[in-house]
Amino acid sequence: MDTGLSTSTSLSFDDIGMIFPDGTEALQNITFELSKGEFVTIVGPSGCGKSTLLKIASGLLEPTNGTVEVDRERLGYVFQDATLLPWRTVSKNVELLTELHGIDPQERKKLVEESIKLVKLEGFENHYPKSLSGGMKMRCSFARSLTLKPPLFLFDEPFGAVDEITREELNEDTQQLFKQEGFAGLFITHSISEAVFMSTKVLVMSARPGRLVKQFDIPFEYPRQPDLRFSADFAELCGEVSVALRGSHS
Amino acid sequence: MNTVTENEEKSSTAILGQPSRIKKYVAVFVPPLILGACVIGLWYYITFGVLAEKRRFLLRPIHSVIDVGFLDGDNRTESLNALWSSTEVALIGLSISIGLGFVLAILMSQAKFLERAIFPYMVTLQAIPILAIVPLISFWFGTGQTSRVVVCVIISLFPIIVNTLFGLQSAEKGMHDLFTLHHSNRFIRLRKLMFPAALPAIFAGLRISAGLSVIGAIVGDFFFGKGEAGIGQMLKKHANRLNGEELLACVILSSALGVIVFMIFGAIQNKAVGRWHEANSATS
Repeated sequence: MDTGLSTSTSLSFDDIGMIFPDGTEALQNITFELSKGEFVTIVGPSGCGKSTLLKIASGLLEPTNGTVEVDRERLGYVFQDATLLPWRTVSKNVELLTELHGIDPQERKKLVEESIKLVKLEGFENHYPKSLSGGMKMRCSFARSLTLKPPLFLFDEPFGAVDEITREELNEDTQQLFKQEGFAGLFITHSISEAVFMSTKVLVMSARPGRLVKQFDIPFEYPRQPDLRFSADFAELCGEVSVALRGSHS
Repeated sequence: MNTVTENEEKSSTAILGQPSRIKKYVAVFVPPLILGACVIGLWYYITFGVLAEKRRFLLRPIHSVIDVGFLDGDNRTESLNALWSSTEVALIGLSISIGLGFVLAILMSQAKFLERAIFPYMVTLQAIPILAIVPLISFWFGTGQTSRVVVCVIISLFPIIVNTLFGLQSAEKGMHDLFTLHHSNRFIRLRKLMFPAALPAIFAGLRISAGLSVIGAIVGDFFFGKGEAGIGQMLKKHANRLNGEELLACVILSSALGVIVFMIFGAIQNKAVGRWHEANSATS
């Protein structure tokens, strides 16, 4: 799977199709490339196969048709749930992937400190997940992947369970980290404003079987400020994505 | 830039909020003390209010039980020696159950085929009434300490296997996906994910099995009397001789042993998982 990627491409889907063993066709003819320096968000109706596509990208699922090209050696993956190990403190959770990758303990410590700082969780290193809020758990989950300095991040609707204000703050921090750390991002969400606020490109998927029906290039400069959400251009783009999304339901 | 936002920190602090220590102790200790006082009151009422004087040997008053059963030097020494013998049997049986139970549960967690093969026999073993296999145990292992240990193992093995297996299988799918994404082998997955995730269930099983192993030691001692007498033999002897005080003292000692073993495992559980386990913090 990790063959043939050009130097400017992080992830490539070529004619991906997915039919589950029970006969459900989840995806059909998905073809697109995610270039380095891009942050692409996929929006689509519930059950259209967005998460399935992400699982195929990560290797958790094998497509029944088509090919994926991606370097999975240091892949960042942020799940819908934070998937923190409750018996580990914040810093030990953040350290987990570096342990699994056999990174030297001295280096691990440094990477953990850096990542915790990046997601603004300093002071909570010794807290257990049960004492963290939903937003802090997602930050911790994000930091865990950041330790590997992944060139590509997959986000499976990570902020769906947090309140609106926290979600907006997490959006702002994520797009800042995207520019600062230089990773490519593939993001799944139901929120149109979240998609437009963070992305360089928004892809709209149809209802099942999921197909890509429309693409929007987002022209706003980074870093994006919170008040961008109140601008007329932003509202207009959100409106266009919304219309495309409504059309994809039919 | 500040660390986590005020909004997030507030909700985190709210979760961390704990009731005051005194309230906690009152909530823990007062209800059982009240119930205990009621039981003692009822005990005296039955002894002096319900039973005729010549039938009071059936339920001696509590002060008489303390006098004869615990303060009399000979009786106390005899009972404590018997208790120690039963404790040894219970500990040996429990250790074997823990070792065997862990190995079987880990094997079953690693292959569905093994789970399907082993589990029905474990259920069968659990379902056999101990009285039904007493003659067989005595036939194979004699009537000494070995047979008592075997009874302990048979009684206490099942909860350890079931709880350990349940615990090992309790890690969420997302967590397994995380380990799959990062190419973890079986051993690393077992050590860093499945085993720690299983700890709360393992300790729940250990607490149940610890209590059962005490019961097993006493039941075993009741049937297999050869060698050093345990508390089961004492119960049998005092019941046959209608020694009401000594009999009740032995019952109290047996219960105390069960409670102590249960509490020891509770304390170990608290130490091991209390800081992070949600249910544990809710009840502590």
